[in-house]
Amino acid sequence: MVVQSLDPAALDQDEVDRVFGALADATRRDIVVRVLREEQSVSALARRYAMSFAAVQKHVAVLERAALVRKQRRGREQMVSGDVETIRAATRLLGAYEAIWRGRVDRIDDLLAEDVDDEREAR
Amino acid sequence: MTVVSSTKDAEALSLEIVSEFSATPDRVWQVWEDARQLERWWGPPEWPATFVDHDVRVGGRSSYFMTGPDGTKAHGWWEFVAVDAPRSLSFDDGFADDTGRPTDSMPVTRAVVRIEEVPAGTRMTITSTFPTLEALEQLVAMGMLEGMTLALGQIDAILADA
Repeated sequence: MVVQSLDPAALDQDEVDRVFGALADATRRDIVVRVLREEQSVSALARRYAMSFAAVQKHVAVLERAALVRKQRRGREQMVSGDVETIRAATRLLGAYEAIWRGRVDRIDDLLAEDVDDEREAR
Repeated sequence: MTVVSSTKDAEALSLEIVSEFSATPDRVWQVWEDARQLERWWGPPEWPATFVDHDVRVGGRSSYFMTGPDGTKAHGWWEFVAVDAPRSLSFDDGFADDTGRPTDSMPVTRAVVRIEEVPAGTRMTITSTFPTLEALEQLVAMGMLEGMTLALGQIDAILADA
């Protein structure tokens, strides 16, 4: 695994920190899943968890700062919906990890192909 | 292209990669077991790996370093959790300091490798898992992503040649 920062311009680190910091909490992950499925009010969300309305509101605020959800005032209610683009960005991180493994597999393939070449030469 | 499929699970923080090779399972096992072969594919092309120790048995450890274009060395270690030659291999992959000593502060990735015979030759399934979201976040924060982004660029270039 390459650990050195080779191209600092590749990604906004603060953004990534906010996304994964926000997703590191089980309640917040659960909120994201629910509001991706369907827009919900903060009070409807608050009824689902054994914590105060204010606590749920704070979780939603963390998700909002990470751009994982969007909040909109409608009448007396605050409606929360998920932002699928940010989730996709998080998935791209795993995609980049996949790229490392694909590179390794390609090189294993090259290594195995050399055996075949050596056999041909020996003949 | 030898990668048959890949499955990313953002919730479980795992990545499964299935690949096939036209070689026997014994031959594919060697690319993991023989340190001289392993170091030809583990590090990215511009960060070649050197395995100093490589003791493939349960509880056994490997230590390696990768050398960057400017001579910088990045150290790492493996610890084998399960070994069943030539069918399966499982190890933890962690970071080490400049003297090769494991660093407690850094997250460890678990890799599970399954090797099986198929009509085309051998199928290899690698499942790697991050222990926690915080671990993934930490790896990202230390610049792993930039390295990976470059690795991705390499692959695109290879595909463009084909």
